[in-house]
Amino acid sequence: MEPMIHLENVSVRYKIPNVRVSSIKEYVVKLLQRKMFYHEFHALNNVSLEVYAGEVFGLIGQNGAGKSTLLKVIARVLRPTKGRVILHGKIFPLLELGAGFDPELTGRENIYLNSAILGFSKKDIKSRFDRIVEFAGLQEFIDTPVRNYSTGMSSRLGFSVATDVQPEILIVDEALSVGDTDFQKRCTDRIHTFRKNGTTILLVSHDLSAVQTMCDRVAWLHHGELKAMGKPDDVIAQYTQASASVA
Amino acid sequence: MQKSKIYYDSNKRGLPLVEEFKELLRYRELLFILIINNIKSRYKRSTFGVLWTMLNPLLYMAVMVVAFSHLFRFQIVNYPVYLLSGLIAWNFFSQTTTQAMGTLVWGGSLLKRIYIPRTIFAVAAIGSGIINLALSCIPLILIMLITHQPIYATWFFTPISILILGGVSLGVALIVSMIAIFFTDIVELYQVLLQAAFYLTPIMYPETALPENVQRFLVLNPMYDVVKVFRGPIYDGHLPSQYSLCAAVIATLVVLLFGWWFFTRTADQISYRI
Repeated sequence: MEPMIHLENVSVRYKIPNVRVSSIKEYVVKLLQRKMFYHEFHALNNVSLEVYAGEVFGLIGQNGAGKSTLLKVIARVLRPTKGRVILHGKIFPLLELGAGFDPELTGRENIYLNSAILGFSKKDIKSRFDRIVEFAGLQEFIDTPVRNYSTGMSSRLGFSVATDVQPEILIVDEALSVGDTDFQKRCTDRIHTFRKNGTTILLVSHDLSAVQTMCDRVAWLHHGELKAMGKPDDVIAQYTQASASVA
Repeated sequence: MQKSKIYYDSNKRGLPLVEEFKELLRYRELLFILIINNIKSRYKRSTFGVLWTMLNPLLYMAVMVVAFSHLFRFQIVNYPVYLLSGLIAWNFFSQTTTQAMGTLVWGGSLLKRIYIPRTIFAVAAIGSGIINLALSCIPLILIMLITHQPIYATWFFTPISILILGGVSLGVALIVSMIAIFFTDIVELYQVLLQAAFYLTPIMYPETALPENVQRFLVLNPMYDVVKVFRGPIYDGHLPSQYSLCAAVIATLVVLLFGWWFFTRTADQISYRI
């Protein structure tokens, strides 16, 4: 099998200031008082892994273990401090709760905005517009500004736009808790269809049973390091054992 | 092993400027949408709509004309046109840089979740600025007709001066918008700096109004030559002198390249600061 995602000794180091400074005034004052310190934080340490085409790959680990950092490196948002990331396909992150929406614009305008953010052309969207609206179930509200939408409505719209076309690589970051149970079921159905048709899926979740049933392979991250990788049953067993012994 | 097409390689970085330009071209649909949104959001909340772009400089000009032609008595032929032609260039600069700050703060939350070319917000601000500039040329021409100012053939030079103006504005937009992501109070501080820079640039007064030893320092103000290059062909029908054209182009390149360097150097840190 050929790899879709290839990580080679990837490390990410953050420089974290001791205090969170959000204004120039504060920054200058703290600098003059010599109260600005930075310490280095290894969010990821020497992680190497490969995700193969058509695979559902799960990431587990406690909060702060480096799961989101790993996703960011793969989503091209963060450049690794060391190491190398190679992607062999176009990546689609599921934006959480309508992150790409402009609340002042209508649902219709936001579909075009969000699609352009995902790199689709306008012509593409025109032909798929009705399907997107129908899947989100927002036919009546499509010309209402998104600021009047409920959280459920805007995340439904976000999901519909992002998954209307089968992506090559899909990143799902605990975004499945979207909308009512009916919509959730349609979401999981859609992801299952993608999986059947060969989309590579990267799933991050705290829901271990979901990871166990959906994933082909699982990686366990702990303090930025790859603790274990392999069959879901084995890795999850190791992970729960380790968590239990700590607690 | 069979190697399929590589979409992204974190080690590969072409010449960053060329690379980013290619990415902007690839995301041109998003660029157009952002430009249109910039314009729409500006007019949505005002009753006069697009008309306001044209009325605003006119009203400002009216105030200035009353204040200055009676209080200070500058020796300027057709002061309204002198003022308005400089004011349009300045407004372009101040509006685009301010807008770039606002949109990058919105877009910043996006930049840490999904890849899009990072300079796109600043470039979109320049794009919508050019449309606004074209609109504000309408009242300028109107005033020129009313005051019997000839419309010179040197107007044809204006696209080149807009290019220079756009370059210098993009450079500053990249710098201030990146700072705004880290320090929110730059937005207020920048307005004060803009105000100061406005009075330090000969826009509403002639440069000869400054004492001679101060005039020498005007060269240090990048906007001085840029405004001059924009105003000249419109106001007195002369193409800019080789000297001021060179000075404007050099100032623009310095500001743009510095802004670009600063922006790309800091951009990788966005996703762990917001």
